[in-house]
Amino acid sequence: MPGSLSKDAITILLVTAILIWIMPQLISTYTLTILIVYGMLGLSLGLIWGFGGILCFGQAAFFGLGAYTYAIAAINIGESTFPMLLAVLVPAAFAALLGAMMFYGRLTDVYLGVITLVVTLILFKFINSTAGPQYVIGNARLGGFNGIPGFQTLNIPGRPDDYIWGDSYFYVCAVLLALVLFLVSALLRSSFGRVAVGIRENEVRMSLMGYDVRARKTVLFAVGAAIAGLAGALFANWAEIVTPSLFSLGQSAEIIIWCIVGGLGTRFGPILGAAGLAYLKFLLGQQSVVDNTLITGLILVLFVLFLPKGIVPALAGLWKVSFGRRPQGRIHQQRRMRNRGGANG
Amino acid sequence: MVETVLETHGLTMRFGGVVASDNVDFKLQARELRCLIGPNGAGKSTFFKCVTGLQTPSEGEVYMRGVETTHWMPHQIASMGVGIKTQTPNVMDSLSVFENIWLAARRFHNPQDANRKTQEIIERLALGSIARDDLGRLAHGERQRVELGLVAVGDPWLVLLDEPAAGMSAEDVERMTEIIHELNKTAAIIIVEHDMKFIRSIAEKVTVFHQGKVLMEEHVDRVMSDPTVRNVYLGKKA
Repeated sequence: MPGSLSKDAITILLVTAILIWIMPQLISTYTLTILIVYGMLGLSLGLIWGFGGILCFGQAAFFGLGAYTYAIAAINIGESTFPMLLAVLVPAAFAALLGAMMFYGRLTDVYLGVITLVVTLILFKFINSTAGPQYVIGNARLGGFNGIPGFQTLNIPGRPDDYIWGDSYFYVCAVLLALVLFLVSALLRSSFGRVAVGIRENEVRMSLMGYDVRARKTVLFAVGAAIAGLAGALFANWAEIVTPSLFSLGQSAEIIIWCIVGGLGTRFGPILGAAGLAYLKFLLGQQSVVDNTLITGLILVLFVLFLPKGIVPALAGLWKVSFGRRPQGRIHQQRRMRNRGGANG
Repeated sequence: MVETVLETHGLTMRFGGVVASDNVDFKLQARELRCLIGPNGAGKSTFFKCVTGLQTPSEGEVYMRGVETTHWMPHQIASMGVGIKTQTPNVMDSLSVFENIWLAARRFHNPQDANRKTQEIIERLALGSIARDDLGRLAHGERQRVELGLVAVGDPWLVLLDEPAAGMSAEDVERMTEIIHELNKTAAIIIVEHDMKFIRSIAEKVTVFHQGKVLMEEHVDRVMSDPTVRNVYLGKKA
């Protein structure tokens, strides 16, 4: 990965500044908040799929788990700080267990996809069937298909009556997204991140070089789930209700589409893809002429056909062609060809 | 007394009814260079995969420096200080030469030392002009050389190379021979190879595989002139 972490920090600060000062002039902070949450969710899959090569069909499971964990903990504790932490830790622990089972079981990509999909379905079915009064955790009723409403939303740590809502909540979400993005950048620049990319490229070779691929994939999978869990908790605070639809297959499929459209193997791609498509869905939701799902599907088909690498890699390529320096590799290759030509001639 | 770095006892690998490796007893001394030859399907690669942990043998044991590694995973074997190169160039195509070798170095060194070791290997293997190129853009010989760099950067005491000269030009083979000789100063080496010219130029002791068994284990000259070997491997006219 070219560049340095300080450059990443500057880029992230600039993007956050645009998000905080310019975007509210164009879109309401209420809508922007959910776009940020979805951006974070997109980033969670973008990290494990784009940089670790783990195609998870069930990222929605961790999102939903984060949201439900927050809601249940918030009802029981009555303050939001510890529930926020739990919303990150519980999905991460769940993913670590699931990941260990899959990666130590030497499952190939297809089976991995199937298992993550099935786990999401199981959670969806289970949560849907918890309408009865016997499904209670502490003071929190799971509520089945009706979900859990009326829990304590985000407050200033230690002060349960000082809620963070409206524009303030938007700023908190924007800063959290920037922080997560910075941490992801730092992770990818660390040895762990570089090894993860190596594993994405060639698992067998990395194993023959002495890396325990199973352990590293499990850790990366858990990190992705932790980010999805945080996004879930932020969603719960935004919506003030959590329902089983968070675990739905449609939600899982959407996250995959966000990553493809935004650009895999990039940090900003999945965020842009998520925010862009979610906003489009929001706009389309205001009309009833064309079905929403149809448009999303059409966009995916068009991108797969004409822009398979996604928006961000395409824009980066365009920038390189227009303003960038020639790639070093090409210069070397041309030099080698010249030398060979000289030697032959 | 010379240390035995690799030893197998009755190593057998079955795929259904087919016995690909049949009761193989094998010994390799420290800093020895051994070539494994044999016709297609003789069991060389199966033996190689069983030793490197890429396959678990059906029966028998593998010992490395006296430690039983029969059921170990490839990463555990590599972590002992065993360098492994597979048959086809097995590299990270979308990463640069530097990044590939750095990843191999990082497994055994801290980041600063990994940078230094990577630079050393790049100079030793004359990869400087292509160090920033992606592996996917390089020629076959260059890719083979880079993979040897991945093996060498970990300072291994045992190196296992499956067909290192396959598909390479005469110039590349010559360079590869030099690198292998240099590696052999500190490491025992096993080379699975078909190229007889390359074997003559590099090997002293050769193990001949035939139908999953060890047919013969002798000096390269004696192996080449042995009528049985010529019959099963080289053909009568050779």
